[in-house]
Amino acid sequence: MTLLEARDLVVRLPVEDGVVHATQGVSFSVAAGEVFGIAGESGSGKSVLTQALTGLIRGAQVSGSVTFQGRNLLRLAARDLCGLRGSQIGMIFQDPLSSLHPFHTIGRQIAEVIHVHERVGGAEARRRVVAMLDRVGIADPDKRFDDYPHQFSGGMRQRVMIAMALVLNPPLVIADEPTTALDVTVQAQIISLLDEMRRERGTAIVLITHDLGLLSRIADRVMILYAGQRVEIAPSRSLFAQPAHPYTAALLRSSPGHHSPGGEIAPIPGRPPSLLVPSRACVFAPRCTEAMPICVARKPPLRLFDDGARALCWLEDGARAPAPRTPAGAPPPRPSRGGEAPILEAEGVRLSYPTGRLLGGRGRHEVLRGIDLALWRGETLGLVGESGSGKSTLAQVLAGLVPTTGGHVTFEGKRLDGLDSRGWTALRRQVQVVFQDPFGSLNPRRRVGAIIGDPFRIHGLAKGQARKAEVRGLMEMVGLDPEHYNRFPSEFSGGQRQRIGIARALALKPSLVILDEPVSALDVSIQAQILNLLRSLQRDLGLTYLFISHDLAVVRHVCDRIAVMRAGEIVELADTEDIHARPGHLYTRMLLGASHTAPIPAAVHTRRLVETTNEVAT
Amino acid sequence: MIRFLAGRLGFAALVLFCLSAFVFLLFFVAPGDPARMVAGDKATEAQLIQIRSNLGLDRPILVQYASFLSRAATGDLGFSYRNQQPVASLILNRIPATVSLVVGGTLLWLAIGIPIGVMSACHVGGLRDRIGQSFILIGLSFPTFVLGMMSLYLFYFLPRQAGFTLFPPGGYKPLLADPLVWAWHLVLPWTTLVLVTAAIYARLTRGQLLQVLGEDYIRTARAKGLSERVVVYRHALRATLTPLVTQLGADIALLLGGAIVIEQVYGLQGVGALAVQAVKNQDRPIIIGVVLLGGLFIVIANIAVDLLYVVLDPRLR
Amino acid sequence: MSVAPTGDAAFDAVRQAETRDEVVQRGSASLTLRRLRRDKASMGALAFIVVLLAFASAAPLVEAWTGHSPIAQYRQSGMTAMGLPVGPRAEFPLGTDHLGRDVLVRLAYGARVSLLVGVFASLAAATVGLSVGVLAGYLGGWVDVVLSRAMDLVMSVPFLLCALALVSVCGPGLWLSVGVIVFFTWTTMGRVVRAEVVSLSRRDFVRASRSLGAGPLSIMGHDILPNLSVPIIVYTTLMIPSAIVFEATLSFLGLGIVPPAPSWGGMLSDAAANGIYLVAWWLVVVPGAALLMTTLAFNILGDGLRDALDPKPRPIRRASWRGAPP
Repeated sequence: MTLLEARDLVVRLPVEDGVVHATQGVSFSVAAGEVFGIAGESGSGKSVLTQALTGLIRGAQVSGSVTFQGRNLLRLAARDLCGLRGSQIGMIFQDPLSSLHPFHTIGRQIAEVIHVHERVGGAEARRRVVAMLDRVGIADPDKRFDDYPHQFSGGMRQRVMIAMALVLNPPLVIADEPTTALDVTVQAQIISLLDEMRRERGTAIVLITHDLGLLSRIADRVMILYAGQRVEIAPSRSLFAQPAHPYTAALLRSSPGHHSPGGEIAPIPGRPPSLLVPSRACVFAPRCTEAMPICVARKPPLRLFDDGARALCWLEDGARAPAPRTPAGAPPPRPSRGGEAPILEAEGVRLSYPTGRLLGGRGRHEVLRGIDLALWRGETLGLVGESGSGKSTLAQVLAGLVPTTGGHVTFEGKRLDGLDSRGWTALRRQVQVVFQDPFGSLNPRRRVGAIIGDPFRIHGLAKGQARKAEVRGLMEMVGLDPEHYNRFPSEFSGGQRQRIGIARALALKPSLVILDEPVSALDVSIQAQILNLLRSLQRDLGLTYLFISHDLAVVRHVCDRIAVMRAGEIVELADTEDIHARPGHLYTRMLLGASHTAPIPAAVHTRRLVETTNEVAT
Repeated sequence: MIRFLAGRLGFAALVLFCLSAFVFLLFFVAPGDPARMVAGDKATEAQLIQIRSNLGLDRPILVQYASFLSRAATGDLGFSYRNQQPVASLILNRIPATVSLVVGGTLLWLAIGIPIGVMSACHVGGLRDRIGQSFILIGLSFPTFVLGMMSLYLFYFLPRQAGFTLFPPGGYKPLLADPLVWAWHLVLPWTTLVLVTAAIYARLTRGQLLQVLGEDYIRTARAKGLSERVVVYRHALRATLTPLVTQLGADIALLLGGAIVIEQVYGLQGVGALAVQAVKNQDRPIIIGVVLLGGLFIVIANIAVDLLYVVLDPRLR
Repeated sequence: MSVAPTGDAAFDAVRQAETRDEVVQRGSASLTLRRLRRDKASMGALAFIVVLLAFASAAPLVEAWTGHSPIAQYRQSGMTAMGLPVGPRAEFPLGTDHLGRDVLVRLAYGARVSLLVGVFASLAAATVGLSVGVLAGYLGGWVDVVLSRAMDLVMSVPFLLCALALVSVCGPGLWLSVGVIVFFTWTTMGRVVRAEVVSLSRRDFVRASRSLGAGPLSIMGHDILPNLSVPIIVYTTLMIPSAIVFEATLSFLGLGIVPPAPSWGGMLSDAAANGIYLVAWWLVVVPGAALLMTTLAFNILGDGLRDALDPKPRPIRRASWRGAPP
């Protein structure tokens, strides 16, 4: 039974510079009780789409039709739409902290949903809220009813959001990246809770995410959006087994989980198009490896295949099966550490902050509790842990930016706490850091040339033309156009900005580079480009990496050894393959169990074209 | 909580101490002989010496300051040079007018400023926003005394020339005698005092509300099916109260300044008028007393604001 | 953690679209100018300010043209038989005041005082506020505690009362006015800058510079200051009108510029004395309007600069959005 049907949905957002064509003619339907996945990279229009159809985006121009329970949502009076939101359509958002009102108790916020849509007394509403909180796994719900959001942990807050969305038992729930802001282990719990609720209540779930691995686990059908267009919609099984659209195939291929450690990942070249100009041909053609002349000239038709897949593509039998990639040359020789002294060594490193205010500083908050770690020249050591495990703090300590409160760090045989100012300056040339957020780590008011030239300026090297030549060389090395020397960071995309950050880190030819979640803020297709770049730079320049990440798949692909951190301690440290094959610590097993990657597409495709239409006109 | 209160009280004491030290020192280093101001021009040298010793002016400054502080703590602020009346009672007599002006003004400005800000933010870019923004800009730019003079001209003088009395030209009538007459005399001063500050609050409310309306939890509130009115008033406005209260604390000083000017324009016999008169007469004990009283008022208001802040934001508890 | 839009999805789409637009390659200065030029109110305000500057600097020319000194009293031609001021007429385009002085000439000389005090005091207060704010925000620790408390202290002082006390001791004067204004207004800038610096120094690009080995001076100069240009420009502009009003208020209370030297506040004070303006409207309308227009112009310009320098991507409002109407 079809619960929600969207036909030819077009969302335009007028902005200062023109109109953003957020979605262009998207059609889909959601059946009662199913999990319908919407996937796409940032800017693909997946969030705009769902929020526009419930009327949550101000100023958006929406056309097409959205039928829900026999009524067109786009034509509904505002009052009627309000009546549907919350009672018939529940919504769960990404960040459970910012999505809950900080000044109202959670009980009151959930009860509000009941009061808006039904005439019930306060006691009755409270009873129902408490029952719901109990159902989503909040311990002691009667007491926690009167707590404020800041008194809950991230996962618990998301449970509160779920309770709020489900308290009136709506037939449809829209979950917009419900697990993205959470730790891996918590993610798994939230997803199984959602799945449980759906089975129990027959609620249909529209699950919006960038994480294909997640969808492959629970979605019944999946829609892939790219630059505002529905490039593919298919039953989950066939989409992940044999993607019909080259974009879907490329996305699946670029996930690092599919590649033997040390090999090249197949990235998607280029970057998504601007949404200010509606496309006249295939939106993906410029990045497509299978593009034909017709792809850049005319809009693609809609192809329907016998396995239920629909793709917006000129290819008649779907995307080609990915050719088995030969590993790029021989796997790099494993760095030998026989006899050689480690480049960086941490012994019993401790770090704690005093807690409490001026006078009552009795307690101390321990961030690092005795870390022993050694790093040998030429290797990549992965540091994995969830938020709050102290992995980023450890990186700061190892880089010498935060002094330890116990133990010591040795770099190339010299203890960091005993460095004079000259030694410190030398250290700053040898150890470099690449930061997570490519938007925050570049000064928005300075030109790229100046940013990459900063290391030279600070250390008084290469002046004038010489510096400019150095910078241009660096830009070329990391795959940037040297002609963009005079641009500001805001004129670059996320992936390009991360390249700028890498170029800056490599300017002084360091021996150790600390990469603090270098790809976490990037889309999958861009991630692969950056990981490949890092790998080739390591090979060419003989760099040593300390790679910090929460993502096991990425770490497994990049690292020689992995250290698993939890609550300020390293609970396990072993070779990458050993950790995956024989996880020793319980926590490592938990992490591995919680992380999931999409299945590898089958090598052979067996599908037949059933029908070709031009249904999608715009 | 207790530590927080203690901290605030300590800071309040510091403010008052610095303030008193500042004015005291100011008058000590200032040219001019207080004894001569007390005695008048015809006093003999012997009389001056007598007065100096009576006032304790012949003792070292620190001793003078200490005795001033200990007396001030008991509410004794000394005597006016001009007419030898106790400063405390002089000020006390003037307090009803100033408090009426300030408290009524505050209530009125919140009652005007916040709704205008809400109106402007809810229709951002529209006609009502333009009207709100124009009000804000004009209100912010209007010097209080110009506004006061203009409204006196328009609402007192012109009607009187036409033969009737719309509003009185000024003066203060006690509240207890007749509340209506009291309010009638204060309508013009209130509106004059309020326009500037109401504009500040309208702008602040508008800005904060626009920011809050973009927050995720407002989207959640809309997704719950709440009507826009409930979203704005129960969810968005609730979150803007904290910055408004913070601003209120910072604006108390501004308010007192405004009150001085208003009292001058409308001939209200308030504390501010007393201070201006004292400055013209070089009547130092009164100036010191008024400055300290103003400081005390600001300090108390700030503590009240801090407490309110804790009440409003559960994260601080 | 990972990707995914935070905040309003619409804004994110806009941001995406903006960053991906490769065609735009203008410097930020020219973009700002372009935005400002589109803003008619700001351009009007700017034009007014330019005219006012010309008027103030041409005060001696005005004096020569009318042949009236700003302090001379024209008791014959400038007053009625009953000793009242005369209204606007050929000889006195803006009338005379209660002593028979030419209002136009006094207005021109008063403009000098207002602009001088307004601009000078705001620049000085901005400098002090900037230095204190940067020091407190960047150094943190006890320096921050002391400086922040000092700012709190100044802000909890009844400033007009203190100004009164100060003036009563030192006697009124132009430079004392400037000093008083600077002393009581630098905290605005100080607090804004401090908050900004605190949030900037937590940003990754500052951490990046530090990890490259940059010293505090280099970080302040190259990383923090360029990012403060917007608040500095905007708040300095917005401090000018409040300084002008502050000065006029002091003069109005008889504590600013020493008579008979003309100032707008003093002219209004003269008009208020004995309620003379009730029979001579121009005595309040002329300087009052000049004062109001000047502060209004600076406020509009300040707001316009803020919008032009720091544009936030917001969807343009159309009449037909489908959300619930308020």
